[in-house]
Amino acid sequence: MMRQENHGDQEADLHASQDDMESLVLDEPPSSNGQSSPSASTSVDRHSATATPATSSQGFNSILEPPSYADAIFTSFDSSSSNGHDCPKPSSYQSESPTRSEFLKIWVTDPQKELELSNSLVPGGTSYYTYLITTRTNMPEYGGPGSEFTVRRRFKDVVTLADRLSESFRGFFIPIRPDKSVVDSQVMQIEQFVELRRVALAKYLNKLAVHPTIKKSEELRLFLVVKGKLPLTRSVDMASRMLDGAVRLPRQLTGEATAVTDVNEAAQPAKGGRDLLRIFRELKQSVVNDWGGVKPTAVEDDKEFLERKEKVAEFEQQLSNLSQQAESLVKAQQDMGETMGELGLAFVKLTKLETEGAMFESQTIRANDMKNVATASVKASRLYRELNSQTVKHLDKLHEYLGVMLAVNSAFSDRSSALLTVQTLSSELVSLQSRIEKLEAAASKIFGGDRSRMRKIEELKETLKISEDAKSCAVREYERIKENNRSELERLDRERHEDFMGMLRGFVLNQAGYAEKMANAWEKLAEETGGYVKDGS
Amino acid sequence: MLTTQSSISGSSQSPRSPSSQPYLSVSVTDPVKLGNGVQAYISYRVITKTNFPEYQGPEKIVIRRYNDFVWLQDRLFEKYKGIFIPPLPEKSTVEKFRFSAEFIEMRRQALDVFVNRIASHHELQQSEDLRTFLQADEETMERLRFHETGIFKKPADWMQIFKDVQSKVSDVVLGKEKPVEESNPEYEKLKHYIFELENHLAEAQKHAYRLVKRHRELGQSLADFGKAAKLLGTCEGNALGKAFTELGVKSETLSIKLQKEAEQLLMNFEEPLKDYVRAVQSIKATIAERANAFRQQCELAETIKLKEINLDKLMLTRSDRVGEAEHEYKELKAEGEEATRRFETIVRLMSEEIVRFQEQKTRDMGVAFHEFAKGQARLANSIADAWRSLLPKLESCSPV
Repeated sequence: MMRQENHGDQEADLHASQDDMESLVLDEPPSSNGQSSPSASTSVDRHSATATPATSSQGFNSILEPPSYADAIFTSFDSSSSNGHDCPKPSSYQSESPTRSEFLKIWVTDPQKELELSNSLVPGGTSYYTYLITTRTNMPEYGGPGSEFTVRRRFKDVVTLADRLSESFRGFFIPIRPDKSVVDSQVMQIEQFVELRRVALAKYLNKLAVHPTIKKSEELRLFLVVKGKLPLTRSVDMASRMLDGAVRLPRQLTGEATAVTDVNEAAQPAKGGRDLLRIFRELKQSVVNDWGGVKPTAVEDDKEFLERKEKVAEFEQQLSNLSQQAESLVKAQQDMGETMGELGLAFVKLTKLETEGAMFESQTIRANDMKNVATASVKASRLYRELNSQTVKHLDKLHEYLGVMLAVNSAFSDRSSALLTVQTLSSELVSLQSRIEKLEAAASKIFGGDRSRMRKIEELKETLKISEDAKSCAVREYERIKENNRSELERLDRERHEDFMGMLRGFVLNQAGYAEKMANAWEKLAEETGGYVKDGS
Repeated sequence: MLTTQSSISGSSQSPRSPSSQPYLSVSVTDPVKLGNGVQAYISYRVITKTNFPEYQGPEKIVIRRYNDFVWLQDRLFEKYKGIFIPPLPEKSTVEKFRFSAEFIEMRRQALDVFVNRIASHHELQQSEDLRTFLQADEETMERLRFHETGIFKKPADWMQIFKDVQSKVSDVVLGKEKPVEESNPEYEKLKHYIFELENHLAEAQKHAYRLVKRHRELGQSLADFGKAAKLLGTCEGNALGKAFTELGVKSETLSIKLQKEAEQLLMNFEEPLKDYVRAVQSIKATIAERANAFRQQCELAETIKLKEINLDKLMLTRSDRVGEAEHEYKELKAEGEEATRRFETIVRLMSEEIVRFQEQKTRDMGVAFHEFAKGQARLANSIADAWRSLLPKLESCSPV
């Protein structure tokens, strides 16, 4: 029911600014109901690697029937009716895993400025920010239920963690770490930047924490648990000089006599700066591949994979497109809400004018009508704003998956580079073989043999053995990455299906619910103005 | 649609048959573009149905253009001071917009309302100029129009009148003239109210217009969103793909509904508000007229006083100019009485008009608000229905 307004209220109304619209007197507060249907979207906490979503949830069936979803929506989405959770609410279609669900939750708080130790050239030193990383978990690797850890880390540490993970988990869809971007003081204050970074770090770490494989990684555990200096080095390979890096290849490839290499190192991807020679080799190989010259022994003939890759690219493009349109949609909804509100305020002013010193009864009647219009408009405006903030939360999933696509592409290129390594080594083997054969052929023509040539043949045969081993390693690595790709693609399909279905349901429910609420407000106004009938209608 | 008063004039409760009851109803229809290039204009068919004895016959059809309506308004404004002459839609300055279907229809409606308001006003409907407008052939009309509103004389321009009022004010400020204004507190209140009302209404109308735009924008973005969702759906395939496709289809459907509602909003809510603003501006013109009449009356009263003093002086001195002076004095007195009568007529008419105006506007706005509410409710319900219908499909989709 409309509350009777006195002049005092109207006074307040008149001076209400856009922000103050919240305090305008409106009719009934959002109704609450007994249903506690859980949130239909928001981030899904994947508790186990084998999560299978339920096909329907108890919450939805009960709100499918009319009259309205609005009530159900408000208990789930209304931020004012929070239960004090700061954890993401569990998805309603999340099923229980056979074992008790593992969780690993991370908070990033309390940014502090610290001074760099004075080994820099800049007098007075530079500063950086550290963040308090708090972890709570029940995972056995971390000490079982009730485990809690607190450490301080800086952004450089996060970069190190990310680099190490990308080395150890080639082929996996590893969440992309936040940007290194430097803040431009023209654009943003340092405090804003630090806050944005803090939020981004929390998101990133929690994404790592729900990845079924990475959450169990030693790298992550060290990052989260070990106090003081981060016990992770910047990179696995110790050599940072070009020459040292070249050590990792069979020496004949570099034409130098050096110590025996670790074949496993050979299987690792070539890194910039340190493995320039190797990179040149592999580049040459990839060119050879492209020009269809020598047919490499291991060709990417996994058609299914190539098709999949194309589909992923297509998907990424459409996703990006939809994400953009989602942004426009959100903006349009926001504008609608704003304008509706401004319209309402204009009518509030008119109401006041017609009321003050009204000279005719028709004015008083009109003032009342205008007040009703103002009320409905302001209410609709508020509903649009709420609708929009929910819409943003839902459609944000689209943006999130654009990030996932980056991880996917990265994993695919892990596979490509592993294949390239295999192909490079294969080519080298082939050329070694032919050199040996040539030498042996030449040697057999001379009875007794050429001492130096025999020695050469022996050396080459040794190198061949090493290269063969290296190639086996590389092939094993390649197969491993292939398998990672495959299982991750499966996981992606499952999770994407879950996530997007949830997003769609949430989005649609939201729209329906708020539309109903708005319809109610407008129907009320239609009733209030029901006495006026259009001529001829 | 803008509302008008009942088109039956005079007593409306009589149970007599329609043919014996006086009526005058007009419709402005059939806009047609004539001429070429810069010279192009729209002509309208004006159909009059009446049983007024002064009219040539029961039905008459003429062709009129916008400037003819302006002529009529000018004439009425001149002759019927004190009455709030119904407002006309603005002359459009934007070339491209001038011939859009939307604009043409809105203008046609506004012109229709304009004429009907005149036809249903108990005094204005008696106007000879109205009869001319409704019946004269095109050549006569053109002659009259050109004579009155040709390049030698500007068409009645509310702004011109305001400028006169404003210049009067600045004259006072600069000390050129002492203010000659009524000292009528209630009238002051009314003036203040009218000026405030125009400001507030203009603001409301501005936001109403923006709201129309927002509807169109939201419609467009829903269409784009829907298209993108459909593309993603095709790319996804399987159950999830279907879900996206359905979402896309629904979005596109709703986009169309939003565009439709934008149209309704423009016609049934924004236009009435605009009409209200124009009506208030018309009142401001009448206020200016009243101020003029008052000033004239005062000036004459001053002059008469001086003449009286002068006459007395002459009579005392037995001057031979007494006769002349007496004659002038009598003339001036007659003029003064005339001026007073004019002024008092305006005052009387205005007080009647203002009552009518308030009642009319409450009705007009009531209808506009009702249409607004109905339209928004209709839209919101379609949106809720559309999304609701999608839910079962989303439920039934099982994972890959």
